[in-house]
Amino acid sequence: MHYPACTVREEGPEKGEESFQSLCLSAGLPMAFASIFVPNFILQAVVRAEPALREHALALIDGNPPLCSVVAINEKAAQSGIELGMTKMNAAQFASLEMRPRSRPQEKIAHAVLLDIGWSVSPRIEDTAQDAIVLDLSGLTHLFGAEKDIGAHLVQRSCECGLLSNVAIASNVDTALIAARGFKGITVIPLGQESKSLGDLPVGVLFPSAETAETLSRWGVRTCAAFAGLPVLQLSERLGQEGVRLHALARGATSRSFAIAEPGHFFEEEMELDDAVEELDPLSFLLGRLLDQLCVRLAARSLAAASLRVRFELQPAFENALDVRKEMFRRIDPPGVYERELRLSVPARDSKMLLKLLRLRLQSNPPGAPIHKIVLAAESARPRSTQGGLFLPSFPDPEKLELTIARIANVVGEGNVGSPSLVDTWRPGEFQMRRFLTPMESAEAASSDSGAIHPRRQRDNFKARASVRFFRPPVPATLELNAGCPTRVFFQGLRGEVLAASGPWRTSGDWWRDDPWQQDEWDLEIHFHSSSAARDPVAALRADCGLYRFYYDALRGSWFVRGIYD
Amino acid sequence: MSLKTAALRAHVASALAARVASPFEYRDRPAVETVPAGIHSVDFLTGGFPRGSLTEIYGPPCSGRTSLLISALASRTSASEVCALVDARDAFDPISAEAAGVKLKHLLWVRCRNVDQALRSTDLLIQGGGFGLIALDFGDTPAQVVRYVPLQVWFRFRRAVESTPTILVVLEQESNAKTCASLVLKLRMQAARWSRASGTAEEILPPHSPGCLLDGAQSHAEMIRSRAKREGNRLIRDEEIFMGAGGSGADFETEAMEIYSHALPGMHSSGGGPGKR
Repeated sequence: MHYPACTVREEGPEKGEESFQSLCLSAGLPMAFASIFVPNFILQAVVRAEPALREHALALIDGNPPLCSVVAINEKAAQSGIELGMTKMNAAQFASLEMRPRSRPQEKIAHAVLLDIGWSVSPRIEDTAQDAIVLDLSGLTHLFGAEKDIGAHLVQRSCECGLLSNVAIASNVDTALIAARGFKGITVIPLGQESKSLGDLPVGVLFPSAETAETLSRWGVRTCAAFAGLPVLQLSERLGQEGVRLHALARGATSRSFAIAEPGHFFEEEMELDDAVEELDPLSFLLGRLLDQLCVRLAARSLAAASLRVRFELQPAFENALDVRKEMFRRIDPPGVYERELRLSVPARDSKMLLKLLRLRLQSNPPGAPIHKIVLAAESARPRSTQGGLFLPSFPDPEKLELTIARIANVVGEGNVGSPSLVDTWRPGEFQMRRFLTPMESAEAASSDSGAIHPRRQRDNFKARASVRFFRPPVPATLELNAGCPTRVFFQGLRGEVLAASGPWRTSGDWWRDDPWQQDEWDLEIHFHSSSAARDPVAALRADCGLYRFYYDALRGSWFVRGIYD
Repeated sequence: MSLKTAALRAHVASALAARVASPFEYRDRPAVETVPAGIHSVDFLTGGFPRGSLTEIYGPPCSGRTSLLISALASRTSASEVCALVDARDAFDPISAEAAGVKLKHLLWVRCRNVDQALRSTDLLIQGGGFGLIALDFGDTPAQVVRYVPLQVWFRFRRAVESTPTILVVLEQESNAKTCASLVLKLRMQAARWSRASGTAEEILPPHSPGCLLDGAQSHAEMIRSRAKREGNRLIRDEEIFMGAGGSGADFETEAMEIYSHALPGMHSSGGGPGKR
């Protein structure tokens, strides 16, 4: 995106004057203030959400029907004859005109974007108005260069974020604000030349009250220079304190405190759709656009998304119903809402990767109805900054791994992929699936306990543990007992003699909960009969002998095979 | 004579120039990078599991296949590598794996329900890259089902891991990967070890008898195929497939887990209970 007709106004020091920067430094004054102003803000807020409108004549309408009127127009609309205040019916007669309703949610988001642009350069900003902010540029020349470069940086950043703005830099807050409202492009006003620089601007930029504006008009005072030339004492007698204040503003000689805004860490984008979307592909297109905007904002703040929350407002089902007879009795239900949260193991701001993750999530859990509003919010975090060690083993790329795990989850199910972890219970076979740790976190954990070797492994390093393969769910079995000991087993069509047995290992617990357990476990060495193995081709592959773990569930009164030693 | 030989060599070299760059120069065969499987006798037999290759472990149930795989996983996760286990029948026991030394935090466990899911998950993991070891466990899947996996799947897996540091281990009841596997191990159980265990059902000790404990099992690993050839102290990649003879085997013992050894650190009293089971 290119900024149209971006001009840089800079008035150099006159003969005998020191340069702005050297003067500020020698006097020990604060460096400067920059103001960013977004002209035609309510229109730009809509265009930002729908960039294709930039190429068309556009008018925003607002008001209660049937009294809707045009509240904002772009340059092309003005050229084609559209005027502010025109009724919607009149404006609709222009064939090439695009009309959109004024969107206050988009204005709110555009204002948040404006603040993000400011925070991308300076931590000290003032939230002056919906369409204007002021930045404290103290000490920033070391980072960004001269004031002109800072201005160019701000304009470029706002262009990237979809807003076309004016930037003015001056030695005081109000002068910067007035200059940004009055001049297009980038304006740098050196110290001491405020009055001269603002002189050509109309007095309207000072925002006088209606009464004062009428008085000034009657006096024939049109410009700031003319107003600044009036004597202050007489002005105070005629216009009161407002006149004095406006006079100081016109001379660029005001001094006021700077109200610093607290930076937010929550980013949100939303889009309301004229036609509800049902298919995943067009939805992905819209999500991609929102993600692009979100990621640009995050990048401007040098942040990344730690989690994404997607919220769809779904079209109520009755809108598609064709039953006319019941139309009178229809009750407008609140729209259904679909919400999902996507937590990322590592903060990321790659919009393509985030879109793939969102797509996979939506594929596995699709919304059940057409969508007519999309809200996408990101919780921000500092981006991952790591440096791989030369002697560390290679890890999967965290962002790629996130995508791989999401794809696998799409194949095997959400809860079937992750890292197992043991839980604080004696219940046999109990564990829980956790989110797979990022490799960096794993590396940190490894470094923290790198010296700790399992004492048992340290003792006999070359003797492996007998591992158990579990049958999930446990296989029902029938056992014959002799004096309380198993002697014969029957399960899965197999019949076997017990050669050796160890048990019972009795455990019980959780009797205070809904799912208590009480089990007697046995380790059995079983010799299978060849005849039963021959009948079952699967069993034929089994060895004649096997080590199994059986248990008797005392609460159910049944025997089960828990697993096999392998 | 030497001039004639030199002319002949030059003639042969020019004739083969289009196909072989330098036919008379000795080409050093690349050394195979291997990692220990965690069981001394098996490592001595095989030289370790080769990286960038497909290793196949097969045998009937109770043959010690899973113990060998878990031992390899423990070895890799202890070295801070990230491993993945694709479990075709959801048979993995985290408790015994943790007792065997597997760092569960470094293990990505994919619980599948069928062969198709397992193959697709493995494919995704290999394509993702960065894993030290990827284990594909078909241990409980009927051999007839695994036999239907097309050979090109194994070829694709082999090609995918070929130039990576990933070890791909496949656990099965039968060998299916054929020539795609660089190392094939066949396992069988030799005997279960019991403390004062009896041989017949009549001699079974009564319940709670102190001597009737499962100590573990003894298994035998036989190297069926290996592409690596020992040359001095290092293993080199060999074009010839080495078929294991009858003597190329190794015995190893597995030790039963102590009862209650899965207790979390600092949890209740983990005194160890009555002993091994």
